Amino acid sequence: MYQYDNYDQTLVNERAAQFRGQTERFLKGELSEDQYRPLRLMNGLYIQKHAPMLRIAIPYGLLSSRQLRMLAHIARTYDKGYGHFTTRQNIQFNWPKLEDVPDVLSELATVQMHAIQTSGNCIRNVTSDHLAGVGGDELEDPRPYCEIIRQWSTLHPEFSFLPRKFKIAVNGAAKDRAATQLHDIGLQLVKNDRDEIGFEVLVGGGLGRTPIIGVTIRPFLEKKHLLSYLEAILRVYNRFGRRDNKFKARIKILVKELGKEKFTEMVEAEWAAIKDDLLLDLEEIERIKTFFQPPPYVTLADNPLLAEKTAHDSQFAAWFRHNTFPHKMPGYRVVFVSLKTPGKPPGDLSASQMDVIADLADHYSFGEIRVTHTQNLVLADVKQADLHDLWQRLKSLELATPNIGTATDIICCPGLDFCSLANATSIPIANGIQQIFDNLDYLYDLGDIRINVSGCMNGCGHHTVGHIGILGVDKKGEEWYQITLGGSSGKDASLGERLGPSVAKDQVCHAIEAIFQTYREHRLEDEAFLETVRRIGMRPFQGRVYGDN
Amino acid sequence: MEIIKDGHIVANDWRHLSDDEALPEQAVTVSLLRWKNERDRLLACSVPLGLRLNSDDSLEEIADDLKYFSIIVLEFRQFTDGRSFSLARLLRERYGFNGELRARGDFLRDQMFFLSRVGVNAFEPNGSANAQELLPALQEFTVKYQAAVDVKEPLYRRRK
Repeated sequence: MYQYDNYDQTLVNERAAQFRGQTERFLKGELSEDQYRPLRLMNGLYIQKHAPMLRIAIPYGLLSSRQLRMLAHIARTYDKGYGHFTTRQNIQFNWPKLEDVPDVLSELATVQMHAIQTSGNCIRNVTSDHLAGVGGDELEDPRPYCEIIRQWSTLHPEFSFLPRKFKIAVNGAAKDRAATQLHDIGLQLVKNDRDEIGFEVLVGGGLGRTPIIGVTIRPFLEKKHLLSYLEAILRVYNRFGRRDNKFKARIKILVKELGKEKFTEMVEAEWAAIKDDLLLDLEEIERIKTFFQPPPYVTLADNPLLAEKTAHDSQFAAWFRHNTFPHKMPGYRVVFVSLKTPGKPPGDLSASQMDVIADLADHYSFGEIRVTHTQNLVLADVKQADLHDLWQRLKSLELATPNIGTATDIICCPGLDFCSLANATSIPIANGIQQIFDNLDYLYDLGDIRINVSGCMNGCGHHTVGHIGILGVDKKGEEWYQITLGGSSGKDASLGERLGPSVAKDQVCHAIEAIFQTYREHRLEDEAFLETVRRIGMRPFQGRVYGDN
Repeated sequence: MEIIKDGHIVANDWRHLSDDEALPEQAVTVSLLRWKNERDRLLACSVPLGLRLNSDDSLEEIADDLKYFSIIVLEFRQFTDGRSFSLARLLRERYGFNGELRARGDFLRDQMFFLSRVGVNAFEPNGSANAQELLPALQEFTVKYQAAVDVKEPLYRRRK
């Protein structure tokens, strides 16, 4: 992974020092709340329901074991002993004291971490594919480009006070595991007809209040023009994006109001004026690539003992089948650490669990951990021969629930329990759905289902792109939930369609069960849930959910 | 009144004329609206002229007039409005403006470093701010990843 040199280190040190000064000025009353707000937000600090919430950047979801141990230390020292991984591959702490946050940032800087631009109206942490470099379906590893974009966007002098937040995702695989169609800018590595690799550039996707799927404004961009093209898009947005209404300020609204053609024309005109002055040197790409070389794999054959182990141990077999994935190297597997233990807040991890996972990463997976946008962790490079041992260790930590990609692997925001924006709780809804499954056969019979829960329309739980989306709404002080079906953030991205009127909190699980039953009755042989929804439409589900009420 | 210019504290020698004020015999800045309405009259005066731009003013339509101004003032009505950061950069890089480029009004101390990077070389803060206390804000960072007006090469060409 990328290693800071003196320049990178100096910058995070200077940033931590600057934030210390800003916080002192605020606590002394020299900065008003209005003046302090954008400054603290650009360091990931929100004022939440119970306490400040600090969001720490995990660039494109990649962590070293040393960094994870630091997060454990921060959870223990400054928080209540746990952290929450987010859908943008970051981590949030819900209980730090405002006056401690400068110390937290200083400690993070010692392990090459920061909270820069994890919030605020600026370019946020760039996200990517959690299987980058190990999935077999990759054109090129996207992480070097993520790191190049991270550096370019960090304290960008022109684009730090945008109309609204700005999110960029990069994907290099055939399968879109970075939701590039749902970002302000999505970059997909593609090959042109001359066999050169470059980027397809998508703009204007996003979730939240006005969910929109992004549009391609340039089918192929040469790598050397990556930064100039980003600058051109950002400049058009910074100058012409709406600032009169917070809810219409994202770039997706600008693209929609101007129309794709006009917007593209403006970007291309701006780009034409700057493209030759801001070239991304191929030597620089090569330099950054050296940080993302494959770890020193040993030559292995696929492990024959594995079949035997799975034949004799059905629990291990279930975990192997659901929580591990093929690796491009023979003899290795990708391991998912499920943070979706039924009854626990999805995405939460305790300090002691973090410490053990750091040790496991050192022992089994070259000391690296990845965070997925579905709020799980990944140990990407595990020898097949080690899987059984690793499984037992994870099981003892309650982190081996064999449910990755199933109906209990729920994406969920913190909701009303923590968040001051929320209208309704989300964690109890996720936990309630998990309780439906008293046996795993039922869960596995349903197959791949993505259920996403958000406590308000800001959509941090990405409800709009859940196969089943659940959105908490406030009805005269009571928590009600709107259900959508048919969303997807993959290559076939789509926005979920509303099933019907919202349902009361105590009816959500019944409704979800009715949806499951409808699927079971209507599916054709191996048809996955999403395919059935797309084939048969809303009506059969509506009949089942609302019919008997 | 004191301002910061090129990293030093100096006296403000420009008067910002409102649109209905009579022209005095001294260096003045005028709004874009006044410039458009009274262009010929203003050019006939012998006093040095400056132009004040709001964040939503269009640069494209006055590009040819920039040569008449020795100062351009970027008016900050709201510090959260980042459009002037792009205006500054365009003035320097696209329209070749070499005169004084001044941020005025409701900008934050913490924006001065960014502003200095996009070509702003003078700062006229709102009433109560103390120029002496603002000065160190220009030095808060020594590392600059991006090429901008102040540094022509991105860091990747400067790393040692």
